[in-house]
Amino acid sequence: MPIHDQGYRRYGGTRATIGQAWRVMTRAGIMSVISKRQFLGLMLFAWAPFVVRAVQIYVSATFQQASFLAPKGETFREFLDQQGAFVFFVTIYVGAGLIANDRRANALQLYLSKPMTSAEYIAGKLAILFLFLVSVTFLPAMMLLLTQALFAGSLTFISNNLYLLPAITLFSLAQVLLASTTMLALSSLSKSSRFVGVMFAGLFFFTTALFNALRGITGRTSFAWLSPTASLEQLGDVIFRLPPRYQLSPAIAGLTVLVLIAGSFYIMSRRVRGVEIVT
Amino acid sequence: MTETDAGQAHPLDSPRFAGPVVHCQNLSVRYGKNWALNNVTAVFPAGAVGLLGPNGAGKSTLLKSLLGFLVPDKGSMKVIDMDVATQPLEIRERIGYMPESDSHIPGMNAVSFVAYCGQLSGLPATDAMQRAHEVLYYVGLGEARYRNIETYSTGMKQRIKLAQAIVHDPDLLFLDEPTNGMDPKGRDEMLELIHDLAHNKNVNLILSSHLLPDVEFTCDHVVVMDKGTVATYGPIDALKGTTGRVYELRIKGDEAQFISVLRGEGYEVHDSDEDVMRVFVPGVAGDNPKVLFDLAARERVQVRHVRPSVPTLEDVFARAVGDK
Repeated sequence: MPIHDQGYRRYGGTRATIGQAWRVMTRAGIMSVISKRQFLGLMLFAWAPFVVRAVQIYVSATFQQASFLAPKGETFREFLDQQGAFVFFVTIYVGAGLIANDRRANALQLYLSKPMTSAEYIAGKLAILFLFLVSVTFLPAMMLLLTQALFAGSLTFISNNLYLLPAITLFSLAQVLLASTTMLALSSLSKSSRFVGVMFAGLFFFTTALFNALRGITGRTSFAWLSPTASLEQLGDVIFRLPPRYQLSPAIAGLTVLVLIAGSFYIMSRRVRGVEIVT
Repeated sequence: MTETDAGQAHPLDSPRFAGPVVHCQNLSVRYGKNWALNNVTAVFPAGAVGLLGPNGAGKSTLLKSLLGFLVPDKGSMKVIDMDVATQPLEIRERIGYMPESDSHIPGMNAVSFVAYCGQLSGLPATDAMQRAHEVLYYVGLGEARYRNIETYSTGMKQRIKLAQAIVHDPDLLFLDEPTNGMDPKGRDEMLELIHDLAHNKNVNLILSSHLLPDVEFTCDHVVVMDKGTVATYGPIDALKGTTGRVYELRIKGDEAQFISVLRGEGYEVHDSDEDVMRVFVPGVAGDNPKVLFDLAARERVQVRHVRPSVPTLEDVFARAVGDK
């Protein structure tokens, strides 16, 4: 007799209210990623620049002769620019399979047969990537600011550069949202996480190469909107009150980033469905 | 929170839903130019209901519409007295779905997967884990519950799909071709599980299948679909007919001519394999096939084989959708 009668009972316990499922997804996703040694290694690398900068701040605050190493407002901008490389790698490592693997295993119909909407599903997946990207951008940048105050023994630097708090927040947010939404949109288009990783890298390198080619041919940088990376750099310059590096209106750079994010959400809303209809 | 020390009452603490579990009213769903469901009106009573039909009849489309995966072009649906259009999440909280295709969440072992599905359905983590162990034993995967699902055989994957569908103790189960790809032994065990759920655990279920024996073994009611419409529905016993007899008949002679004669006399005739036809003779008491012999003699065909049988779901199905 295959039925173990003790194995099925009615459930009389509590249940979460509808709308919480995305948190379950996010928690499970995070646990799954951090259980991988490779990823922990990547995160250690991603925090190495923070350690270097922290040492730089310590030396400048401790030794008079090294005062030339003292951080300025643009130090934080440079730091976030450097972290862009880790944003790229973490996005591919964590994000490529987020939806693609579910599509490969036909898991979307399982998820969406539970009390969750496709928007919740997207939110749950997005939160996984978002949190990891925040941990290599916003978090170390803010900790660097805190480290400066700790080593200097005063809040003078922060109060003199108060704009850094919203600037770091805003630029990190733009960096993280652009990378995570683009990656999730690509991930929703395929069933192969490897292919998604290649598509993401291709998008990154192709648009940058296209922009650089046009810059080389025309001698102008107004085509920076063709490259999401260049648009983000332009936006970052404005946010950090630095002279813009390209001949591109910051509004257009911002619009490029917004269009990419909105387009990614649109793609996801079309692709994340319980049933795939082929007519 | 354990199952016995529940603090906050939940609607599911009440007895299982006993009224009709699904109402469809003039439901139409179109894929491009093809109508997958065409003006379907049906009521699915509580208990075990089979959704029967050949491939392409619209069974899976109906289930997917009830789940809210497909938005109908026309018509309305109610599941457990809730409107699919306005309360899809409330409905999904109270139903379990076992999809037809191979589905799992990658990178998980069975117990994590089932517990995860329980949590997605709103169960607290500890309760979900406890129930995951229980339902995995129930479906016969207790010993394999720590194995990665990707290493499972087809039959085991069918069982794990059932486990994830029942982990949150749903009021209504949608089972889409649950015995697909299973070997005979596994299929029998799966059918026993479904029968047990419906008849001993009082779980309402809708079983979509093109396999008549599966539906006949597990269900009390049936809705027969064909070409996107409901061909017939009702209790299986009633549809089989209480007065009448079915005869398996093989003849030597012009078979097509004889079938048309039988039909002309008002008998239902369905072709089956190897030249054997099933003839439904209504209102005949006992096992006397004399009426068939008389007709054969009149038409000058030789009766080579006649065997009384009982009406089966196959007859209901054939009557509803024809011999095509």
